[in-house]
Amino acid sequence: MIPAISPPIDHTWLPCADLATQRRRAQLYADLREFFAERAVLEVETPLLSRAATTDPALASLMTQCHLPGQSNNELANYWLHTSPEFPMKRLLAAGSGAIYQVCKVFRDHERGARHHPEFTLLEWYRPDWTLAHLMDEMVELLRTLWQRPDLPTKRYSYRALFQQFLGIDPWHLKIETLPHHAIAHGIGGAETLELTPDGWLDLLFTHCIEPHLGQMGCLTFVCDYPPSQAALARLNKDGDITTARRFELYQYGMELANGFEELTDANEQQQRFQNDLQTRAEQNQLIVPMDTALLQALADGLPNTAGVALGIDRLLMLITGKTTIDEVLAFPIERA
Amino acid sequence: MAIYKTNEFKSGLKIMLDGDPYNIVENEFVKPGKGQAFNRVRVKNLKTGRVVERTFKSGDTVEAADVMDTELQYLYNDGEHWHFMHPETFEQITADAPAVGDATKWIKEQDMCSVTLWNGIPLNVEPPNFVVLKITETDPGVRGDTSGGGGKPATLESGAVVNVPLFVQLGETIKVDTRTGTYVSRVKDE
Repeated sequence: MIPAISPPIDHTWLPCADLATQRRRAQLYADLREFFAERAVLEVETPLLSRAATTDPALASLMTQCHLPGQSNNELANYWLHTSPEFPMKRLLAAGSGAIYQVCKVFRDHERGARHHPEFTLLEWYRPDWTLAHLMDEMVELLRTLWQRPDLPTKRYSYRALFQQFLGIDPWHLKIETLPHHAIAHGIGGAETLELTPDGWLDLLFTHCIEPHLGQMGCLTFVCDYPPSQAALARLNKDGDITTARRFELYQYGMELANGFEELTDANEQQQRFQNDLQTRAEQNQLIVPMDTALLQALADGLPNTAGVALGIDRLLMLITGKTTIDEVLAFPIERA
Repeated sequence: MAIYKTNEFKSGLKIMLDGDPYNIVENEFVKPGKGQAFNRVRVKNLKTGRVVERTFKSGDTVEAADVMDTELQYLYNDGEHWHFMHPETFEQITADAPAVGDATKWIKEQDMCSVTLWNGIPLNVEPPNFVVLKITETDPGVRGDTSGGGGKPATLESGAVVNVPLFVQLGETIKVDTRTGTYVSRVKDE
């Protein structure tokens, strides 16, 4: 006998983030705008819609259609929602903008979880003629300001040193075929059934065995100097006996918060990386997307040496307000959108 | 054969792993900003009850487990197996001790139970939330105590032992919440 129950009351029109969290977000925006205004970094705005998409095989762009007067409904009407404002911001830099920043929504298909949401807010900024070390210093200053905690500790590690410390392996000198054994030996359930690329195995080991330990006690923990195969849009650098990608990621409380690059400025190498990405996409049966030729032209005309970084604002807000899911800092997550 | 993609993963989904049926307890999406996406899940083996962690590459697929919960009537125990019947089709199903588990101490003939079937084989038997059972053994209570303060153990006809108020007597029938194993009330004989 099923007991009678009253019909459920639908609360899904209500926001997920409480009012205190919404106020803290507003405070964050006010504080970061003041921070950059004091440093004469210009706030800019670039389009969310682009005729090109990111070729990065690890990112999936959302597509929509936009019909301009006189345009028929063909693929010329296809526009991609950006996964980061990087390409148009680099065009502004190449056009002589000087230091710039932007706070905007970005979109990534297929990403949903306690720390992932298909649309989220990035703070991205670029510092012409700066080194990565300098940019990391500024990141620490910014986060101490936004956290309102001038005492937040900070540390820097190389990607290589972390693999040696936590896993006893050197990603620059190992046999690719031993990677699955390391994953199994470190107790990653189901590792024996996975089929991954070499970088996929490194990502598996990093996310399962290293990442959760980074940035405990709120320490702003930078991971620097990635394998060249994970360069994305960073420059390569000969570093003693190895080549590294001039990149960093920032972690706090086991969560990835930011990704920084000493930006690639070579148009030919950029084009080659786009083509390699598209090749990988073809091999993995992923959508083939148009590469950003306007960026290539801008690089050909000359992008100054620049350090740039993107910081996930929603995740930062999660940490500052002590929330464990991204839904708790969003007014209306996608399921309520 | 039904297949689930990792983007369909959520708690409660029943999947096949290494030939056994599993229930997804928790699904965590893990992805570096510039790297491979994974689904890190905690899964419970529906045969053994063991919970393990398992990582999938996002986009991978896994076979669905043909697991369903059915309301069946308990008929009798033959000393080794417990026999159940579907109330409409009259189909009979036999469950072994590991599947019946703790339910055995609550159920009596003709009770309706929720039976989890995997390819038609019972994996788990849940007793009704409330059962009405006769007390077969308990110490005499204190006369006049109807306050319910304190208590004493009472053995029920199904074998379970529950704590009952002192005024409840041998031979009386009581209602019990099987989820907590606690006494609810006395039931007057019709």
